[in-house]
Amino acid sequence: MSTDIIGAAKPRIDGTAKLSGSAPYAADHYPANLAYAYGVFSTIAAGEITSIDVSRAKKMPGVIEIFHHDNFPNLHRTPSSFVQQNKVDETRLPFEDNHVYYGGQFVALVVADTFENARDAAYHVDVAYRAKKPVTSLAQALAQGEPKPADNKKHERGDPDTAYSGAAHKIEATYTTPIETHNPMEMHATTAHWHDGHLTFYEASQGVVFAKHTMAAIFGINPARIDARAPYIGSGFGSKLWIWPHAVACAAAARELDRPVQLVVPRQQMFTTTGHRAATQQKIRLATDDDGKLVSISHDSINTTSFVNRYVESCGSCTKSLYGCDNVRITESTVQVNHGTPTSMRAPGAAQGLFALESAIDEMAEQIGMDPLEFRRRNYTDRDGSKDLPFSSVHLLEAYDKAADKFRWSKRNPKIGSMMRGPEILGWGMAACNWEAMKRDCDARVSLRADGTAFASCATQDIGTGTYTIVAQTVASLTGLPLERIEVELGNSSYPKGPLSGGSWATATALPAIHNATAKAIDALKQHAVEEDGVLAGRDAGQLEFVNGKLHGNGRSFSFADVLKARKIGEAFGEAHTNAASGDEYSFRSFGAHFVEIGWDPGISRLRVHRVVSAIDVGQIVNAKTAANQVEGAIDMGIGMALFEQTEYDHRTGMPINNNYAEYLVPTHLDQPESVDVILLDHPDTKFNELGVRGIGEIGITGMAAAVANAVYHATGKRVRDLPIRIEDLIQT
Amino acid sequence: MRDFSYDRADNVGAAIKSHVSGADSAYIAGGTTLLDLAKLEVMRPGHIVDVRRTGLDRIERLDDGRLCIGTNVTNTDLAYHEDVTTHHKLLSEALLSGASTSIRNKATTGGNVMQRCRCSYFRDNVSPCNKRDPGSGCAAIDGHSRSVYAVLGTSKQCIVAHPSDMCVAMAAIGATVSVAGPNGKRDIDFGDFHLLPGDTPWREHALASDEMITHVTLDAPIDGAKSHYLKLRDRASYQFALASSGVIVATEGGVIRHARIALGGVGTKPWRAERAERYLVGKPATADNFGHAANMALAEARPTEDNAFKIPLGRQAIVRSLTTVTA
Repeated sequence: MSTDIIGAAKPRIDGTAKLSGSAPYAADHYPANLAYAYGVFSTIAAGEITSIDVSRAKKMPGVIEIFHHDNFPNLHRTPSSFVQQNKVDETRLPFEDNHVYYGGQFVALVVADTFENARDAAYHVDVAYRAKKPVTSLAQALAQGEPKPADNKKHERGDPDTAYSGAAHKIEATYTTPIETHNPMEMHATTAHWHDGHLTFYEASQGVVFAKHTMAAIFGINPARIDARAPYIGSGFGSKLWIWPHAVACAAAARELDRPVQLVVPRQQMFTTTGHRAATQQKIRLATDDDGKLVSISHDSINTTSFVNRYVESCGSCTKSLYGCDNVRITESTVQVNHGTPTSMRAPGAAQGLFALESAIDEMAEQIGMDPLEFRRRNYTDRDGSKDLPFSSVHLLEAYDKAADKFRWSKRNPKIGSMMRGPEILGWGMAACNWEAMKRDCDARVSLRADGTAFASCATQDIGTGTYTIVAQTVASLTGLPLERIEVELGNSSYPKGPLSGGSWATATALPAIHNATAKAIDALKQHAVEEDGVLAGRDAGQLEFVNGKLHGNGRSFSFADVLKARKIGEAFGEAHTNAASGDEYSFRSFGAHFVEIGWDPGISRLRVHRVVSAIDVGQIVNAKTAANQVEGAIDMGIGMALFEQTEYDHRTGMPINNNYAEYLVPTHLDQPESVDVILLDHPDTKFNELGVRGIGEIGITGMAAAVANAVYHATGKRVRDLPIRIEDLIQT
Repeated sequence: MRDFSYDRADNVGAAIKSHVSGADSAYIAGGTTLLDLAKLEVMRPGHIVDVRRTGLDRIERLDDGRLCIGTNVTNTDLAYHEDVTTHHKLLSEALLSGASTSIRNKATTGGNVMQRCRCSYFRDNVSPCNKRDPGSGCAAIDGHSRSVYAVLGTSKQCIVAHPSDMCVAMAAIGATVSVAGPNGKRDIDFGDFHLLPGDTPWREHALASDEMITHVTLDAPIDGAKSHYLKLRDRASYQFALASSGVIVATEGGVIRHARIALGGVGTKPWRAERAERYLVGKPATADNFGHAANMALAEARPTEDNAFKIPLGRQAIVRSLTTVTA
């Protein structure tokens, strides 16, 4: 294996297509005779539709058809199984009945000859409702009834209650996080086209295999008749893992009308009908002995879900194993609110859970008078206490050391508000980050072609993270080919089955399969060389060597194109299957630490993040550029989570208030810290897979909000336990 | 988006004539408000008169020191114009703190003066909103009312803040809005141009039917004065002001000779704090005096639960901006 290409900071091979605008996204496909759909969305959050009057809209120019619950075709709900790869988070079909469970729910669909005509007519569909009083917040839901426990998510070891009550030092605190919306740049969109009972659809999807099987289940047809495509995705952050009602509505309309239909979800409905990060309320109890060793941890979380489906945020997923402790309890439960169904959003559960835990760890450290970094070091463990297994590879202490050193943590004056710079009080805070490493089953196909290029295909996706590029690097590492001679196709469900682009598992799942398929392609090439009409006929294939795109044997060398041409064959290919990781011997997790400097100007209540140093332990780095880019982006998103992001709802109607890019705040360029240092530790985790890679998409956001909150506390003395941290929480009046 | 007719006028007379001839006419320049709201059907123009070809795109310094700005001058061109950066620094700072580069490249002077509010209930086309649907009520008052809502000049019919940064600077500088209409030309004092919501929040400005803005003329700069615009918000860019302060101060031997204070994000119109200005004149430029002036400026504030923090934040904006220009 050529080591210089693995880990190299290579630019994205799809960069030119994206920068030049030539990369086609889901709504950039225009099959002949395409019609356009636009939704009519509920303007109440709870109740029922009493009538839908389409008479005005039907007369509008270009209108082809208007679907709603009285005339929408009967379809089937998907079993929503992860194993069957037909999972969704909202199983209710669009237009199933006249019930309204959340604001912005599809209540009708107008199909017209142009986008503008469809939208215009949609504004003229008259829907009458019988409204019920909606449940609009976690607090309101809790006031009305007990949360429902999620039993399968519970973890308990030792006796946390007894250990807590008898401990020398203890804290108990409640933290909340708000609903956040993914807000990828690219809107959810579907372009669906039926032909002879087959469905081809372009979808803004993080999982074409899942999209295909889900659509098959819903339409009751063989998956072989469905082709889901997502060659380019304008990011998803989890909102595009599974299909949502718009995709079903679009595909059904295309089938009913017997012509292609395209549907783009408007930005406002990206806040309602395509998932969001659930709101949470989390109670943490920690206790230590006199030496600062944790003796009891409990983490009880409640999250909002919809009245349609249940979604559980795994807030305690990291709490179970991040620190060494014999007495631990994790519970997770839900309450129902009249919002759409939540879904995974970058580091689901862990992002919120580590905000609570890593804030609480600082509160505990303060109570026992210990430096927060030293407190974390003292409670370090190399074993996963929840599974009673060793971690396959853990370099958390090195992450602490390297990041702390670069940040100059030793210069921190622990006294609140003691570090000044001009009109600002500086705050220094830190937190650990953590995420599970997962690896799924995967197939891949790689070929060496007679034109001198290699071709790799896998039904996974590049959601903007660099998957195209690292697949090419993996092929290059074995073949020695330059990246420009390696073609990679992803995002097509008819290719060998690949993973969802989610959970930070695409890299660890797809690359071993690509690697093995490449090795098999090279073996196949050697076999072609020694066949009767081959360039090295009669030689022993096992004695041949393949280096830098050339086959060497018997003192001679041939390009692989020549090897294939000699036999008049188009390609030498390899197909590989790699298995999901077995968790019997090790616990697979990634680790890291964030160090943050904030500046608080009390005279104008201005809070800014100035400096971040993060050290990340995710195994072998495949591409230093795209890897650092993932962490930098996640740090930024973590700043947003700490200070800005929150989907706000009217407390009377349950309708979203800030459903646009102007009022839903995410960090802008000017909010970037002046310096961000990402230290990638780069220790291959070969117990996890032979390439030693773990995945890097989510871990960077975990712990980030807590690091900011801890820094804010250091500057202001105010412990903000409810995100986001805003001016009104800190202003001195 | 409904069908509308579109006319591109070559001169002001033709624009007015076209506007008069249409039903539900609207002038368009940069379109950054109108197109946005028309797509949401919050505004439903039947006839659009494009004024970008009418000239009116020059900035001219008059003999008396005033600066005459054509209505079509873009926010970007105005922000970087030498007369503005030299003599009206706060206007340049205000413009550059607003929106984004691409929006500023499209947005015009007259259009900015005419921009509509950012109230979520106004924009959703469903909730009661007296601006959109006179007499229907105001959903914001008992609803969600944090970021874009005012604490000064509110009424029981409307509490939304005026969104413009540029207008806050113009209110501080002092300006005249020149308009033309079917009955000829007239000048309106900038302070009288925007209306308080009162019982008629749908009446937002002093323009008569079919009138259009042709120029905004800034008062001559005050000799020896320094100016500054300070905008406070959650994030560093691309957000409307939670509170902003545009100040112009001239001092002599540490004593304030002239003071202008205008506020954004907290008022239902670009807000001049004239009592606070009068208080400061003749007094030393001290933190105590600035604090007292800031208290006076917000004395009449009536917040909601959600935006109560805007009162101390508005005071902070005033104190810091005054401190900056007198340092």
